[in-house]
Amino acid sequence: MTETLDELARGLAGVLPPGAVITDPVRLRTYECDGLTHHRAVPGVVVLPESAEQIAAVVELCNEYGVPFVARGAGTGLSGGALPRTDGVLVVTAKMRRILEIDLVNRRAVVEPGVTNLAITEAVREHGYYYAPDPSSQQVCTIGGNVAENSGGAHCLKYGFTVNHVLALEIVTPDGDIVTLDADDPGYDLLGAFVGSEGTLGITTKVTVRLSRAPETVTTLLAAFESIEQGGQAVSAIIGGGIVPAAIEMMDALAIAAAEAAVACDYPAGAGAVLVVELDGPAAEVAHQFAEVERICRDSGAFELRIAAGPEERAAIWKGRKSAFAAVGRISPAYIVQDGVVPRTALPEVLASIDRLSAEYGIRVANVFHAGDGNLHPLVLFDDAEPGAEERAELVSGRILDLCVEHGGSITGEHGVGVDKSRYMPKMFTDDDLDTMQLVRCAFDPRGLSNPGKVFPTPRLCGEVPGVRRGVHPLVESGRAEQF
Amino acid sequence: MGAPHGTGTNGAPHGTGADRPRHAPGADGAPRGTGAYDALLATGVTVRDAGPGDAVAGVAPRWVALPESTEEVAALMRVSAGHDLAVVPVGGGTRLHWGLQPERCDLLVDTCCLNGVLEHASGDLVVRVQAGVTMDALAEVLAARDQELALDVPVAGATVGGTLATAAAGPRRLRYGTARDLLIGITVVLADGTIARSGGKVVKNVAGYDLGKLFTGSYGTLGIITEAVFRLHPISRARHWVTAALPAGPSTGPGAVAAALAASQAEPSAVELDWPAPSGTFTVAALVEGTAAEGRAGAVRDLLAGAAETVPEVTGGEKPPGWWGVPPGEDVLLEVRVPPSGVDGALRAIAARGLPVRVRGSLASAVLQIAPAPELGGPELAELAAFVSGVRDDVAPLGGRLTVLAAPPGLARLVDPWGPVGALPLMRRVKERFDPGRRMSPGRMAGGV
Repeated sequence: MTETLDELARGLAGVLPPGAVITDPVRLRTYECDGLTHHRAVPGVVVLPESAEQIAAVVELCNEYGVPFVARGAGTGLSGGALPRTDGVLVVTAKMRRILEIDLVNRRAVVEPGVTNLAITEAVREHGYYYAPDPSSQQVCTIGGNVAENSGGAHCLKYGFTVNHVLALEIVTPDGDIVTLDADDPGYDLLGAFVGSEGTLGITTKVTVRLSRAPETVTTLLAAFESIEQGGQAVSAIIGGGIVPAAIEMMDALAIAAAEAAVACDYPAGAGAVLVVELDGPAAEVAHQFAEVERICRDSGAFELRIAAGPEERAAIWKGRKSAFAAVGRISPAYIVQDGVVPRTALPEVLASIDRLSAEYGIRVANVFHAGDGNLHPLVLFDDAEPGAEERAELVSGRILDLCVEHGGSITGEHGVGVDKSRYMPKMFTDDDLDTMQLVRCAFDPRGLSNPGKVFPTPRLCGEVPGVRRGVHPLVESGRAEQF
Repeated sequence: MGAPHGTGTNGAPHGTGADRPRHAPGADGAPRGTGAYDALLATGVTVRDAGPGDAVAGVAPRWVALPESTEEVAALMRVSAGHDLAVVPVGGGTRLHWGLQPERCDLLVDTCCLNGVLEHASGDLVVRVQAGVTMDALAEVLAARDQELALDVPVAGATVGGTLATAAAGPRRLRYGTARDLLIGITVVLADGTIARSGGKVVKNVAGYDLGKLFTGSYGTLGIITEAVFRLHPISRARHWVTAALPAGPSTGPGAVAAALAASQAEPSAVELDWPAPSGTFTVAALVEGTAAEGRAGAVRDLLAGAAETVPEVTGGEKPPGWWGVPPGEDVLLEVRVPPSGVDGALRAIAARGLPVRVRGSLASAVLQIAPAPELGGPELAELAAFVSGVRDDVAPLGGRLTVLAAPPGLARLVDPWGPVGALPLMRRVKERFDPGRRMSPGRMAGGV
């Protein structure tokens, strides 16, 4: 540990409860990565604060020493957004797990950032409410992390993302102030800008979430098609017919095979694609729409339809889909989970292009996707023992993002940019776009201490004129500032 | 003031076309402005002298420019930066009297000619549109393919850009959210002429900061919105309104029935209140739309019947009550937001002030608008200021706030129109970064931002 960090750690121990400052190298190592495990960095110091005031004190000390800080919830992120800094402090919210208030009359709950996503739903389920965003890691991922990443989930097609369900945030700004951002505040929607900023605008210390009424009815259907094209046609017809299902998920043959091997989900044999469609809402509405969806699937060539009769059968249908990411481990020694978005109507064309890429590079790609909103999760499979395979897989994975951008889509639908995709940002945005986003960053974090090195490819000092980048900045040279 | 702003005395036509005059006669002769005016003309954009109808909350600009593209807006902004011109963007002008008076205003950038619906990807339920398109014109284009932008427009003639800049929303916010929830991509021009985009054409997208959120509710203080991309919804096959009169009393209010409706499995898209005079009867109306709307409307009627003094009326088809989604006033308009449990308390606080006002708004979302009853004559400013601070103080303990959306400029000298905003220091810092010269609608927003 450097002298600065050493000194800072002593200062941190003075503002935090006993045992809340970790400097032991063995214990530090447990925090070296998040869900994107091939990026690793052992944090300089780890702190486990218990309140907003303690986080503010940590941030103030970091400012005093000019040391960067990174916030971390459960560390389930898939883009390296919580990758620590070896020269910085990792602020872990694991001890802030209290549900502070449940207010059913106003359909809201106030929680600390370390509360898991599912814990909110579990706390209000008996009253007929739930918290709508449902990322697949919801059993462990924290609401603070959800806010940082603007997490979605299978059901965001109908219900939206974290940003649509957060009513207020208490944050610690990068210079150590405790500020409340409220959806009812007039003026700039800073709450909306903060959600999804991946920890670069400050640290969330309290979240007020909207609670949604559990729908009267939920119905789930599984349709098996001979080809992806037929499945895609069904999706288009459903959406085109004016139906907004709670979820529409699709898997291709390779993904089905993986799920079969892992969890024996017993999907129809010989399917080239399966579609999972879930409808929820008022019983009369769901019944009407369900009949329509069934008809559309048959018209599109579904050779088998399964309709869940109850919660257990619904779980059985979802089992294969939910296990898909981990399941490919059964059919491939290593894999990359990609996350890109295309306009829904471009799905057939993009999937055909992915097929061609797969053949060209000799790399298998299993496709799992949220078909309703065009969010692809191609699983790029490779054998890490085979020389050059990983490089080819990386190439295919990157080319898939190119396809997304070429079709007017996005390089990430829900996993975030983090460290993983910052280099792809210039494919989607111009220098002017990125410089303008940087203005927001500089307004919140002029010293660039909050999760530096994430999201943006070539960030610079906040005093610089946008568009001009030459030599070492004088402030850096004189040691008065750090490049971030 | 609800009417679209007029053309100036030397007004050039608002139309497009190659044969329109490139600039109006009678160029400004003032020594200070000559260079700026010539430079504005040199951009090739139509520029005319401003007239009395172009005033922004009572402040008259000097010129009005009518750009036809994002690039033309950028050219105007570069000239404005070079000549230190203060710029206010305007769409339909329906809410130009909202917000505070600008500290100064040289150039009005009228987005009327940015009037193209650029791309309606109906299969993707997405539309890309220029900022000057009116919400009505957009609705017409979308309806041709049975789709809509589920954002109610309170005043006819409002544009896409103006609706975003003022974060305006109507009854169906309960189901679909507000502008910020439906906006998925934006193009803006900054004070220095930089063209920036964020978001995109897909609903699901977490790449980069969401500038659209920042510009929603920005009142023209960060830059000029020139294009927007929205997610769309299919137009509901059926719509039913259920209307009921609820008795008013010292301890009864519409809050309980609103909460019951919001929690109901009939899933109403909106629950609205009209209260023409304090102490009078509450009229509550709920909208049920979508498949099986009729049956669900029945469930809503049953819920309302329990609280109503008369049998609730159900109207089918496209016939909302006449007051539905119409702001209670134009020249003076206040907005109270409380948590839903605070609705009755807020209404009591309003009534207790004894001012003859009309209250309308989203009951279930707990966003209520207040206007002095026009037939009773507008209250004197001091009286209005006392009402604002009194109600503001009363709703604060309920977790609520009151904002003055529109009022005569003099009111701001008596009471802060915006009220306390916790994030104001951060807003100021954002403003400083985006517009260090304070040239974009300076002073229009909360805290003089």
